[in-house]
Amino acid sequence: MAILIDEKTRVLVQGITGREGRARTKLMKGYGTNVVAGVTPGKGGQEVEGVPVFDSVYEAIEKVGQIDASAIFVPAPLVKAAALEAIDAGIKLLLLVPDRVPIHDVLDIAAHAERRGAKFIGPNTLGVLSPGRAVLGMIGGRPETAKQWFRQGDIGVSSRSGGITSAISYYLSRAGFGLSTIVHVGGDAVVGLPHPDVMGLFEQDPQTKMMVMFGEIGTTQEERVAEMMEKGEITKPIVAFIGGKAAKEGTRFSHAGAIVEGGRGSYASKVERLRRAGAYIAEALMDIPRVVAEVRRKHGLD
Amino acid sequence: MARLFEYQGKQILKETGIKVPRGRVVETPEEAARAVEELGTEAVLKIQVWLKGRAEMGGVRFVKTPEEAERVARELLGMKVKNFVVEKLLVEEKLRIQRELFAGVVIDDYAKKPLVVFSSMGGTGIEEIAREHPEALLTHHVDVLEGFPEYRARGLLSRLGFKGKLLVKLSSTLSRLYQAFRKYDARSAEINPLVVTEEGEVYAADTHIAVDDYAVYRHPELGIEIAREFDRPPTELEKIAYKVEENDYRGTFYFFQMVERPNPEENYIGFHGAGGGGSMMSMDAVLNRGFKIANFTDTSGNPPASKVYRAAKIILSQPGIIGYFASGSGVASQEQFNSARGLVKAFLEDQIEIPAVLRLGGNYEEKAIEILETFSKFIPGKIEGYGRDDSPEFCADRLKELVEKGGRKVHRVKPMTDYTPPEGAYSFKTLTGRVYINHSLCARCEARPCVEACTYGVLKVEEGKPVLAISEEDAAKGKCTECLACELACYLEGERAIHIDLPIPGLKEYREKIIKEG
Ligand code: SF4
Ligand code: SF4
Repeated sequence: MAILIDEKTRVLVQGITGREGRARTKLMKGYGTNVVAGVTPGKGGQEVEGVPVFDSVYEAIEKVGQIDASAIFVPAPLVKAAALEAIDAGIKLLLLVPDRVPIHDVLDIAAHAERRGAKFIGPNTLGVLSPGRAVLGMIGGRPETAKQWFRQGDIGVSSRSGGITSAISYYLSRAGFGLSTIVHVGGDAVVGLPHPDVMGLFEQDPQTKMMVMFGEIGTTQEERVAEMMEKGEITKPIVAFIGGKAAKEGTRFSHAGAIVEGGRGSYASKVERLRRAGAYIAEALMDIPRVVAEVRRKHGLD
Repeated sequence: MARLFEYQGKQILKETGIKVPRGRVVETPEEAARAVEELGTEAVLKIQVWLKGRAEMGGVRFVKTPEEAERVARELLGMKVKNFVVEKLLVEEKLRIQRELFAGVVIDDYAKKPLVVFSSMGGTGIEEIAREHPEALLTHHVDVLEGFPEYRARGLLSRLGFKGKLLVKLSSTLSRLYQAFRKYDARSAEINPLVVTEEGEVYAADTHIAVDDYAVYRHPELGIEIAREFDRPPTELEKIAYKVEENDYRGTFYFFQMVERPNPEENYIGFHGAGGGGSMMSMDAVLNRGFKIANFTDTSGNPPASKVYRAAKIILSQPGIIGYFASGSGVASQEQFNSARGLVKAFLEDQIEIPAVLRLGGNYEEKAIEILETFSKFIPGKIEGYGRDDSPEFCADRLKELVEKGGRKVHRVKPMTDYTPPEGAYSFKTLTGRVYINHSLCARCEARPCVEACTYGVLKVEEGKPVLAISEEDAAKGKCTECLACELACYLEGERAIHIDLPIPGLKEYREKIIKEG
């Protein structure tokens, strides 16, 4: 099953003729993703890695049929326009790869997505990978490494850091565990699909038996996951690791931002809340496989 | 978040139609006197720094006459608060305050919406108000497609008991604050206190606006030097680093100094991370082993070798460090040979004597580690490369051991010279630099490994010499990825006929200064 993406998902690449777009189309195709079309305005009629390129998303849909997800690789200042075009054309899942997308653009995208019932992942995300099925974005870098690093299985991984998404998933695979889907939710303050949403999807996914979550200081994502656990909206076991213990606290948020966070957002508050809600806390990244093994034994997951 | 000074924030508010006290910004005591004279009223002098609580620091002073203003300004200008030296004062008319309120707009990350915050208590910190007077606080999520019209603000504020003219004035202010927040891509915009005067007027007496770093490019009028969150003005080296980042859109490079002159007695190392999460984790590992970091650096997002090189050169411009530690998540998707080559070029040029532990796990890590091993013999300091199966803790232990075994050498900053190409050198421009090839040395080179090393097909052999296989224009536009492979291949060949010149404006002068200081 996996979440968000599998081998059947019909994928569009926006910005397919650019440096990143090209390289990642190669990765996606090589891994087995069903990339059906690409869009770069003004470059319609070309082909990239055997994928037909169109001038607009509308045209792509007209020519190749339904599209389930779009991976967006255009430069940051153009992300908003690309995303709104995809939403307008009726695509229900967007992946915003670029870093440095203005936050007000993300707010605009969010408002449009909400109205049209679309979801978006990112911005500033490496993407999503369901081992053995498909990758959306750029996790793994190359098909060979992506295949070698990640094994299929029943652990869902969600992380706020791209590198750590791969690291956790690789160390779990190396320890003999398998993964259902790994998700880099994105490193920015406002992301389309934060941890709580991803955890909710894993909860519904029959393939996923437990989750591993990498959190960071700032925002309230991890605390909200804890809330969901307390309310019984999440029942599968969660192993969590929070980064940034050594980092200076309170430097990232403005004064009034504290109203939103309400005393949450710090390392201590996140660890405390999660522990109380019943999550298992790993103290170091390299400790995750060991903690996962314990949790699996305890919950009879093998 | 790029914070604006109070006077900049007020300029924005004024343009948006929010009332601010009359006044202007000054830089000398004489100007301060003149400004007070122009106002013709009692005035307030406020230091312009990005810090809250200026009044407690003695940075907000009331004066009655121009003479007094001049005297007080003399005290305030040049005063040092935290890491700031006060260079500007805002001189404003003194308001006759009847009541203080709070108005702000922030972003609620979870709702993915702006959140308008208003309080009928003001002046002090909003956190306190929220804690002690929740009933005085009003919050409202805004749908960005609808905006925040005045009628909506009026509806909300009437719930707090405001009436009549005051209600209208406050609603207009709140609605306009939201407009300014949107227009200037603010992460947060606050008016605190929002003042009601005895005459019944509403004024923004103080304001804090922080602009989204990623949108600073849309607002050149704000003159933001470095679009990053700092609680002090940027250091010289940070400014040099920021220019590097500005001039190269490929990947990201972040550089922040913890200390400007690391004390050689204190175990400072140069820190070079990759990716937020991985950097944090790696930082924890070295800090836990008794090291201190002189700087925090992050190169990620698949940067070219040239950018990593520049980052390393900047890190190596810090005297007093006793080691170099590079480490990211360990399982990076970016091409790690680029990082390896960038580091190697910098280490070769600077002939570093301190040990370096480089954890370059991830995509193409084998190649990356091989590059480090091959070149380590040309570098006086000990260089060790590690991959995804080696933990940050293990690597930090390695650095510790190398530092101790090597007799705890202290880094000395090396002078930089402008490159003078040999006469008649072949050369072409790249995106951020220039490749020079001394063809006179190529005659006795049989293997021509430079051409083979260039996997991007930029070079070819013509009449026994490596030349461009593509147009000069394409090379300059980025087809030559500045991967540094050709230069290093030729270096190994022993000829050293290739030099890729990658200027870092200001660094030469900076290093000269550091060296002079001893
Ligand atoms: S490796 Fe050096 S010496 Fe040999 S051909 Fe290339 S540039 Fe010339
Ligand atoms: S010429 Fe080729 S090998 Fe040399 S820096 Fe450019 S791309 Fe790299």
